[in-house]
Amino acid sequence: MSLFLLFLSAFLVNNIVLMRFLGLCPFFGISSKLDTAVGMGMSVIFVMVLSSVITWFLYQYILMPLNLVFLRTAAFILVIASLVQFLEIYFKKAIPGLYSALGIFLPLITTNCAILGVAFLNIDYGHSLIQTLVYSIGVSLGFTLALVLMAGIRMRIDNAPVPDAMKGLPIAFITASLMALAFLGFQGFLGLSL
Amino acid sequence: MFKTFFEGIVKNNPVLVLAIGLCPTLAVSTSAFNALGMGAAVIFVLTFSNLIVSSFRKVIPDSLRIPIFIIVISTFVTIVDYVMKAYLPGLSKNLGVFVPLIVVNCIILGRAEGFAYKNPVGKAILDGLGSGIGFTLAIFIMGTIREILGQGTWMSIPGGFEGFKVLGQGFLNYPVLFMILPPGGFLVIAFLMGGMRYFEARRSA
Repeated sequence: MSLFLLFLSAFLVNNIVLMRFLGLCPFFGISSKLDTAVGMGMSVIFVMVLSSVITWFLYQYILMPLNLVFLRTAAFILVIASLVQFLEIYFKKAIPGLYSALGIFLPLITTNCAILGVAFLNIDYGHSLIQTLVYSIGVSLGFTLALVLMAGIRMRIDNAPVPDAMKGLPIAFITASLMALAFLGFQGFLGLSL
Repeated sequence: MFKTFFEGIVKNNPVLVLAIGLCPTLAVSTSAFNALGMGAAVIFVLTFSNLIVSSFRKVIPDSLRIPIFIIVISTFVTIVDYVMKAYLPGLSKNLGVFVPLIVVNCIILGRAEGFAYKNPVGKAILDGLGSGIGFTLAIFIMGTIREILGQGTWMSIPGGFEGFKVLGQGFLNYPVLFMILPPGGFLVIAFLMGGMRYFEARRSA
């Protein structure tokens, strides 16, 4: 399978949020305004690509040779948590402009299950380093696409007459359901499947 | 004492009221049996991590508490992952990556930080059980609705019991496939959450 198909599969066909149900907390939590959604998406792209590559090296060159595969869960989450912390400190010192744009989202990323989930999926699928890189770029772009689309729709819904009981989250879930239905249309696209 | 226990089940139901722990709720609720398996794993991890965090709460330094919680939680998650792989391989395969991902489930870290770290052991265990059962209840209801409508069976077990044919044989041939696909999951939780708010508002009015 070519890298381009892997990218498309990660980006659209198996969209991480709408098809795989990973990273739902930020998807519903941070999608009420368009500019925060873009900021969150950018931070996720950055952290996901970096953490996928680091955890891939950690798994292949430290955990596997030392026969410590059972420490995978603990090792990955600690690496991701410290990576996020490190990035936060580094941005604050070195690139204050980027920090003021992404800073508030970074701490939230530690508990974003999409980041850890992609690290696990790369191992479970037996991806090589290049495949890991392409897959994580595709997944994080797909996350950003879904988040930005959702934020745009939710800003419109705010002005719509919605029954009281369905205001807020329930109507957001229905929106997500319709979006997922639309994304199901990518099934079979270029011979890819779920 | 038992107020702690019941609060987590209905009034502060982690999924349907607080809207946390959504990822496993939606991903795993394609059948009632998968949902129960996930619920049992979460109850186990939540109760034991609350127990450990609460018993060591006086010696855990404040500035290091989050990494320590994460290590405690991931220990129990690893135990569940390996036990499930050994004794319930079919279930483990169905739940897939969502078993190791219990480690980032906000319910567990939230209860460790918000409750177990400040309360005695007995209360912490009850809180863990209550929140865990609340989560299991929500995911089990979702699993039941989605499996009955989407597959026509209830409580079918992969490679074992084929499930109760709730809606009759004819339905099995033409189920509402939409329900076990991802969009169905979003739709079911939307109406469960909306329904719960509606009845809550009517009761307090």
